[in-house]
Amino acid sequence: MAAPVDSVGAQSSSRVLLARRIICYVVLTLFALISLFPFYVMIVNMTRSTSEIQKGFALLPGSSLVQNFKTVINNNDWKMLNSLKNSFIIAGLSALFSTYFSALTAYAIHVYDFKLKKFAFTFILMIMMVPAQVTSLGFVKLINSWNLTNSFIPLIVPTIAAPATFFFMKQYMESSLPLEIVEAARIDGCGEFRTFNQLITPILKPAIAVQAIFTFVTSWNNYFIPALILDDKNKRTLPIVIGIIRSADYAKFDMGAVYMAIGISIIPVAIVYLVLSKFIIRGIALGSVKG
Amino acid sequence: MASNYVKRKSISYAKWGYIFILPFFVVFIIFQLIPLASTIYNSFFENYLILGTTQVGPNFVGFDNYKTLFDASSELPKYLGNTFILWIAGFIPQIVFSLLFASWFTDLRLKLKTGAYKVIFYLPNVIMAAAMGMLFFTMFSQNGPINSIYMSITGSESPYLFFDHVGSQRFVIALINFLMWYGNTTIMLMAAINGIDPSLYESAQIDGASPARTFTDITLPLIRPILLYVLVTSLIGGLQMYDVPQIITKNGEAMNRTSMTVIMYLQKHLFSKNYGMAGALSVILFIVAAVLSLLVFFLMQERDTKKKKKKGGRK
Repeated sequence: MAAPVDSVGAQSSSRVLLARRIICYVVLTLFALISLFPFYVMIVNMTRSTSEIQKGFALLPGSSLVQNFKTVINNNDWKMLNSLKNSFIIAGLSALFSTYFSALTAYAIHVYDFKLKKFAFTFILMIMMVPAQVTSLGFVKLINSWNLTNSFIPLIVPTIAAPATFFFMKQYMESSLPLEIVEAARIDGCGEFRTFNQLITPILKPAIAVQAIFTFVTSWNNYFIPALILDDKNKRTLPIVIGIIRSADYAKFDMGAVYMAIGISIIPVAIVYLVLSKFIIRGIALGSVKG
Repeated sequence: MASNYVKRKSISYAKWGYIFILPFFVVFIIFQLIPLASTIYNSFFENYLILGTTQVGPNFVGFDNYKTLFDASSELPKYLGNTFILWIAGFIPQIVFSLLFASWFTDLRLKLKTGAYKVIFYLPNVIMAAAMGMLFFTMFSQNGPINSIYMSITGSESPYLFFDHVGSQRFVIALINFLMWYGNTTIMLMAAINGIDPSLYESAQIDGASPARTFTDITLPLIRPILLYVLVTSLIGGLQMYDVPQIITKNGEAMNRTSMTVIMYLQKHLFSKNYGMAGALSVILFIVAAVLSLLVFFLMQERDTKKKKKKGGRK
């Protein structure tokens, strides 16, 4: 039984609540500003010349956007546009391969009964968190012995075995893929492979979309492994170019161009994220195995 | 007829299970398991280049590479220490603010509008870590915006050289890690708090419990499994820390290698083709990661069985 609250108590508690709410919004807004500040600096400085940037920080953009862009794309050490293209190809194909085959694997474990099913499931969960770096020595040696250095294959094909994507798909299927659909397809004489491709994948679309974005972003941002595999100027991905810009100390003499190069690496993913943020945020909590 | 159908199903469909998981496992064996075996194998050999030209080995040396990593002159403890400091300096504020924000976002009385904040807080997590490192390096550089703000506020004539001091260099790296991960942790903890039975909060409110009391007595104990999960996964992530310090410190050499992490050390051996030492180091890191991963695995198992029990009870 709730005790009756007298009017004074109700008033003071509502005032306390209002005060708390204001404090919350102030702190949250402060953190939002801190999180956005680096990107704001980047966007402003992308539009300013090096001499303007060195004079100090400004809140308003300058007029050197086009000039900085030209400097960046004409720099033959960086080959920014080429690297952008490479990053798109690798990240795009990785997203495609990873989601399709991991969904297929999750489907097999969700739908079929077979002897090794339990073993396969446990095994994938156990290897889920083992970092790629610890096998990189053997990986690089393997790639060298197959003459696949400077090829995109060692960066794309291995994403087929993506335990985190698999786990997410499996969980999604448990909540929204009734086995009756598969049974019905069988009665209609639909082959198992066709059932998956034409009937199941549309049902999995929301999960596939979320995982495709995550895989794309992970691959786009990957620095360690590509830097070991790609050393040809024309094959580099964006993080490798960022590493080169840092090693050559460009920040000392052409800061406008450096900010522009960072912007080119960041902005495509940031735009995709902001457009699809609703789905992505929902996806993080669901597949709480990333990290 | 029905039993006939069931029988046929279990016989004829099993093969599809194997066919469908085949690509995953073939790729896993080729690109993960064989490299792992080869890494372990290489760790027992002496195999390196002197001055980038003269090849030594491969000669079988048993556990010598491991002994080198653990002897008194080894730099491994220093890099393990660096990695831990950089991780914990980012993790403590990350968990504190994530807990605070997650409890605010889920507070039934506050009823905050959270959508935009969640989107902004999570944004740095999708940004390329290497680019974040470069961006912060330029921002905190001698004539970067942070120093121009610093000089205009304090009236100081000379800029603060963030990358010429061990502490401030580590601070910038930890700050990036914090900014990249607090949004992610906030959302994970929110999901955990939302899973708590709301009637617990209602009765606490009726009993007149303060928000702080509700947090320490209801929220914290009930999300402890998720907190442990966040801690362990973050530790595994911290062990892999590479991109940000690599960019900030220019391959780790800056400031007497005080921000060089273990993976940067591994990369150094890989790059100089010292495969024996790289192998031994990888195996050590693998063992640490495997122990932590097993912990995550059991945490997840526990959570799953709890969930199932709950569901069963309700039915």
